[in-house]
Amino acid sequence: MRIQLSAAKVHNDFIRKVEEMSGQDLLKCYQCGECSAGCPAAFAMDLLPNQVIRLLQLGEHEAVLQSKTIWLCAACQQCYTRCPKGVDLSRIMEVVRDLLMTERGDKIVIEKLPAETLAEFPQQAFISGFRKYTA
Amino acid sequence: MRIPYYPGCTLSTKAKGFDRAARDSMAALGIELAELKMWNCCGATFPLSRDNLLDLAGPVRNLVSAATESDKLAVACSTCFNVLKRSNLVMRNEEDKREKINFFIEAEYAGEVEVLHLLEILRDVVGWDNLSKAVKKNLSDLSVAPYYGCMFLRPPKEMGFDDHENPQILENFLRALGAQVADYPHRAECCGNYIAAFDLETTKEMSYLILASARKAGADLIVTSCPLCQFNLDRWQQDLAMKHGGFRPIPVLYDTQLLGIALGLDATAFDLDKHYVDPRPLLAAKGLI
Repeated sequence: MRIQLSAAKVHNDFIRKVEEMSGQDLLKCYQCGECSAGCPAAFAMDLLPNQVIRLLQLGEHEAVLQSKTIWLCAACQQCYTRCPKGVDLSRIMEVVRDLLMTERGDKIVIEKLPAETLAEFPQQAFISGFRKYTA
Repeated sequence: MRIPYYPGCTLSTKAKGFDRAARDSMAALGIELAELKMWNCCGATFPLSRDNLLDLAGPVRNLVSAATESDKLAVACSTCFNVLKRSNLVMRNEEDKREKINFFIEAEYAGEVEVLHLLEILRDVVGWDNLSKAVKKNLSDLSVAPYYGCMFLRPPKEMGFDDHENPQILENFLRALGAQVADYPHRAECCGNYIAAFDLETTKEMSYLILASARKAGADLIVTSCPLCQFNLDRWQQDLAMKHGGFRPIPVLYDTQLLGIALGLDATAFDLDKHYVDPRPLLAAKGLI
């Protein structure tokens, strides 16, 4: 993958918003990989959790916005729990989702959920899911 | 002893058995779980964006309601517990957010209430020895895998009443009930949470890891304290058995259901018949129901 770095790109407006809304300093991460090792959904992700933060550090947020990864995050807090630098990656994931949805629309269309799913699942799944998957 | 109790929406509907078992069991141990006079949905997930104050208003309203009744609030569902406890910490520690939320919901709340999980109440108010003395059934032939999930333990700085990498509260609970504890490494791995409603295949695999691990450790049964964990672990086992040869479905109970059974209470109201993997044959074979 070819990445072209520039001063303007590395700390661009999107990245600034991510840092402010998540309250996290992206540069604290030194890429140890604990987050990726502990993430229960990493096996299904295209970008690993540590790759997500690395791309954000480099100002390459578009790749993150297009990933499946941010939608597979279950907010389980394992990454934050294990990070030796105390970076809360779960907050970063949430903010990236929120910013993306604010700009490009909700991830899901609630009306299109199958009736059987709605009938069967505990409503807890929808309350939290709708909060994560819609703006 | 009377403690205000927050059931949450799922315990009031899809997981009534969990709620009923909680109330009956705690009553048998001398603790009345008194449902809050006014409560609303906690939101089922703690808002992680720093400028999202609106999603904190819901859980905080429950704390405000609890504060009118007592300085303690008992919660059975681990997810509700996580949301309420984390929201409570915001109101205690973050002055600017506290002011804004109080202004919006027209309250003056500063975190006076202590949010307690039923397991904490069992450990600290009832005590494991007293719990053991109250047990009427013999669980010594039952191997139980404790499943913590995520919301109970993490983030440890905020939830922190047990070691998040080597928790023991569910193990101690099970031992107090006289059951054998199945030691397996996946007891705090995520079940998939809400991902189940949007990417089921991924969630099934996440659940399978936990289920297979518990079986490998010799467990007859899994206990949990979250309705979504219970559902994710319980619901897909038939599909998983077809996909993963040799996997034997394993019943998943709520901690309060097992508690009620151990205390010799009438389990017919605990909705054991609503589980996808029927626990009743196993429980009957062990002489427990």
